[in-house]
Amino acid sequence: MDIDVAILSRIQFAFTVSFHIIFPSITIGLATLIAIFEGMWLKTHNPYYLQLAKFWIKPFAITFGMGVVSGIVLSYEFGTNFSKFSEITGAVLGPLMAYEVLTAFFMEAGFLGVMLFGWQRVGRKLHYFATLTVMVGTWVSAFWIIVANSWMQTPAGHKIVNGKFEVESWMEVIFNPSMPYRLTHMLMASLITATFVVAGISAYYLLKKQNIPFAKKAMSMCMWFALVLTPLQVYVGDLHGLNVQEHQPTKLAAMEGIWPEEEESVPLLLFAMPNMETETNDYELGIPNLGSLILTHSWDGAVQGLKAVPPEDRPNVPLVFWSFRLMVGIGFGMVAIALFALILRRSGGLYENKAFLSLVTLFTPMGVIAVVAGWYVVEIGRQPWIVYNLVRTSEIVSPLPPERVLFTLIMFVIIYSLLLGVYLYFMRKLIKKGPPSMEALEQQLIGMKAPGYALAWVKSLKEKDNNATVKQGDK
Amino acid sequence: MDIALFYFLVLGFSIFMYVLLDGFDLGVGILYPWFNQEGERDHLMRSISHVWDGNETWLVFGGVVLFAAFPAAYAGITSTFYLPIMLMLFALIFRGVAFEYRFKSNTSRPYWDLAFSGGSAVVAFCQGMLLGSLVQGVPEGTNSLSSFHWVTPFSVFTGFAVMAGYALLAACYLFMKSRGRIQQHAATMAKRLLIITVFAMVVVSLWTVLSQVEVRQRWFDNYNFLWLSPLPIVTLLVSFLAWKDLSAHTLNGTYRESRPFWYAATLFLLGFAGLVVGLFPYLIPRQLTFMEAASPDSSLFFLVPGICIFIPLIGAYTLWGYRVFSGKVEDYQEGY
Ligand code: HDD
Ligand code: HEM
Ligand code: HEM
Repeated sequence: MDIDVAILSRIQFAFTVSFHIIFPSITIGLATLIAIFEGMWLKTHNPYYLQLAKFWIKPFAITFGMGVVSGIVLSYEFGTNFSKFSEITGAVLGPLMAYEVLTAFFMEAGFLGVMLFGWQRVGRKLHYFATLTVMVGTWVSAFWIIVANSWMQTPAGHKIVNGKFEVESWMEVIFNPSMPYRLTHMLMASLITATFVVAGISAYYLLKKQNIPFAKKAMSMCMWFALVLTPLQVYVGDLHGLNVQEHQPTKLAAMEGIWPEEEESVPLLLFAMPNMETETNDYELGIPNLGSLILTHSWDGAVQGLKAVPPEDRPNVPLVFWSFRLMVGIGFGMVAIALFALILRRSGGLYENKAFLSLVTLFTPMGVIAVVAGWYVVEIGRQPWIVYNLVRTSEIVSPLPPERVLFTLIMFVIIYSLLLGVYLYFMRKLIKKGPPSMEALEQQLIGMKAPGYALAWVKSLKEKDNNATVKQGDK
Repeated sequence: MDIALFYFLVLGFSIFMYVLLDGFDLGVGILYPWFNQEGERDHLMRSISHVWDGNETWLVFGGVVLFAAFPAAYAGITSTFYLPIMLMLFALIFRGVAFEYRFKSNTSRPYWDLAFSGGSAVVAFCQGMLLGSLVQGVPEGTNSLSSFHWVTPFSVFTGFAVMAGYALLAACYLFMKSRGRIQQHAATMAKRLLIITVFAMVVVSLWTVLSQVEVRQRWFDNYNFLWLSPLPIVTLLVSFLAWKDLSAHTLNGTYRESRPFWYAATLFLLGFAGLVVGLFPYLIPRQLTFMEAASPDSSLFFLVPGICIFIPLIGAYTLWGYRVFSGKVEDYQEGY
C-alpha cells in the first residue's frame, strides 16, 4: 500500500476534530442561554422562562453527549497518530490539557447529573447553581484548549532542549500573543451559534404557528443578543486578523490571496481562484485599496505576500481563502439579520414577517458552519507547520502501517456519519414534540417547591409496596 | 525523581479510580443481556445515567496525566496499541450515546440496547487486552507498531478477566441500588462472578509469575514474599466476606447492602497493587521507567498545585453528586 500514512493521519484528525467542534460550539452557548433562561425564571417567576429552560435542556443534553464521546477520541488521537508530536510537545501541551480536565471536564460532568436529573431532588437555587457550574465548566474548558491551540499558532515562553520543548515561563505560554483574540472570538462564536440555533427553531415554530408565546419570547431575546454580539464579533474578528498579520504573515496572505513578495495598495478580493501553480489568482474581482485600508489602516499600506516564503512553506491557499470568505460572509449575514430584526421590531413584524422568519430558519446551522470554516482558516493556514515556524507536521506522524490508519479512518467516517444522522433525527423529534406543556411543568414543580416532599411521598408508597412483595416472595 | 514518583502515584490513582468507577457502569452494560424485561433495563440505565460521564472523565484524566508527566510513555503506549485503543474508542462512542438516545427512542430501542451492552463489553475487553499485553511486554522499535503482538492467549484471557471483574462490580452496585427481583438476581450473579474473578486473578498471577523472570524475582527473591504475602491472603479473605454478605441476603433479611460493593472494590485495589508490585518502576515493562519518561521539572511543578487543589475538590463534589442520587433507583420518570 503506498498511501502516505502522514496524509491519512492528518485527514483522520481533521475529520474527527471537525466533527467534535460542531457540538462544543453549540453547548458552550446553549449552556449560557439555559442559565439565562433559568435565572430569569427564578427572578421573574414568569413560567415561559422555565418552559424555555426545560425545552432547551433536552437538545443540550444530546449535544453534550455527542461532544463528550467525540472529545475523548481526540485526547487519545494525539498519541495514537502523532506520537512524535506528543513526545516533543508533551511538556507544554500536557499540563494545559491536564488543567482542562481538572478544572473543567470534571466540573461539567459532576454537575451535569444534577442539572439534568436533579430537578426533583434539589432546591431550585441549588439546581440553578448546578446549571451555572456546567456553564462555567464549558467556558473554562474552551479557555485551556484554546491556550493549547494558540501556543501551537504563536509559540512563546519555551526553549528547545534535545529536540523537545521545555517551558521557561508559563505566563508567556498561557498568554501567548494570539490567545486573547482567539479565545474571545471563539467564545463569542459559540454564543452566536447557540443564539441562531434557538432563534432558528423559534422562527420555525412561528412559521408553523405552533407554541406561539413560547417562540415569541425566545425570538425576541435572541434577536437582542444577536444585535449586540454579531457586530462585536466582526470587530473582534478584525482585531484577530491584524494579530494574524503580525505573527503569521504567510497565513494572512493566504486568507487574502496576496501573492507578490510585498504588495502595496492591496485590493479586497471578493472573488478569486487562487492558483498555486502559477502563483497568481484567476478570475480576480476586488475593491481596489480596501485591503490595505483594512489591514494597515492606510490607503496604500504594504502587506507581505505568499512569495516571500518558498512554496514548501505555504499552506493550501484556496482552502484558506475560501474558508475565510465563507466565515466572514456568514458573519455579515448575521449582522444583517440582527438589523433587519430591529427594523421589524419597530413595525411589529418580528413574529409575522414570512421572509424574515424563513431566513432565520435557514440560518439555524450557519453558526456551526462559520465555526468550522473559521477553524479551517486557523489550522490549514498554519500548515505546513504544526508548531508555527518550528516543527513541520510531516515530521511528527506515528510510523504506523498505512492500511491500519486507513481502516480506522473509514470506521470513523461510517460511525460519525451514522451518529450525525441519528443526532439530527432526534433533534427533529424533540423539535416536533415541542416544549413541555404548562400543566406538565406544574406537576413537576411540586418537587421543586418543596424539595423532597413529593419524592418522599412516592418513596414511602414504593417502600410499602415492595415490602409486601418481598414478604410474599419469602413464603 | 521524587516529583516523578509523585506523578507515578497520581497516574496509579487515576487509573484505579477509572477502573473502579467506570468499571461498575461498564459492568452494568455487560450484565445487561441477563436483565431482559423492559422495566429492568430502564432501571439499569437509570441507575447509572447520572454518573457515567463523570466516571469516564477519569479515563481522560489518566490519559492526560500520562501525556503531561510522561510524554514518551504516552506516545509509546498509545501508538503501539493503536488498534485496541481505537476499537475501545469506537465502543465508547456507541455506549456513550446510547444513554441519551435510548430513553428518547421508540422503534430503535433494541439497537440502543445493543449499542450499550455490546459497546460496554468491547470496551472492557479491549482494556483487559491492553493490560495483558502491557504486562507481557512490548517488542522494541518499529516492530511494535506494525505487528499484532497484542493478541496472545494471555491478553485474550485478561480481556475476559477484566470483563468478569467489571461485571462483578456492577452486580454489587445493583445489589446496593435496587430492590426486589433485580436485587435478588444481582446477588446470584455477583456470587458467580466472584468465583470467576478470583479464579482469574489466581490464573493471571501464576501465569505472570511462571512466565516472567523479573516478576518472579520481584515476588520471591530475598524473602520478598513474606511481606508481600498479605496481598493474596487478604484477597481471599475479602472474597470470603463478600460471599457471606451476598448469601446472607437470600438466607434471611439481615444484610448490609452496600458492603459487597466495597469488598469488590478492595479486591480490585489488591489486584492492582499486585500488578504494580510486579511492574514498578516501569511504565512500559523492561523498556521505559517512569524516571526516564518524566517531563522536565518546570512542567511537573506547574501541575502540582492543580492536582493538590482540584483532586480533593473533585472528590468532594463527586461525593455530593452521589449523595443527591443516593438510595434506591426509583422506577418512575424523573429529571429533565
Ligand atoms: C472551544 C471549545 C473546544 C475546542 C476547540 C475543543 N473542545 Fe473538546 N470539549 C469542549 C470544548 C472544546 C467542551 C464544551 O468543554 C465539551 C463539549 C461538550 C462537552 O461535554 O464538553 C468538550 C468535550 C471534550 C472531551 C470530553 C470531556 C468529558 O469527558 O466530559 C474531551 C476529552 C475533549 N473535549 C478534548 C478535546 C481536544 C483534545 C480538543 C482539541 C483537539 C478539543 N477537545 C477541542
Ligand atoms: C476544534 C476546532 C478545530 C478544528 C475544526 C481543527 C481543524 C483542523 C484541521 C482541518 C486540521 C488539518 C490541517 C491540515 O492537515 O491541513 C487540523 C490539524 C491539527 N490540529 Fe486542529 N482543529 C481544531 C482545534 C484544535 C486544537 C484545539 C488543537 C490542539 C490543542 C488542535 C491540534 C491540531 C493538531 C495536532 C493537528 C495536526 C494534524 C495536522 O496538522 O494535520 N486543533 N486541525
Ligand atoms: C465578519 C466578521 C469576521 C471576521 C473579520 C473574522 C475573522 C477571523 C479571523 C481573522 C480568524 C483567523 C484567526 C487565525 O487564523 O488565527 C477567525 C477565526 C475564527 N472565526 Fe471568525 N471572523 C468573523 C466572523 C465569524 C463568525 C460570525 C463566526 C462564528 C459564528 C466566526 C468563528 C470563527 C472561529 C470559530 C474561528 C477559529 C478560532 C479562532 O481563531 O477564534 N467568525 N476569524
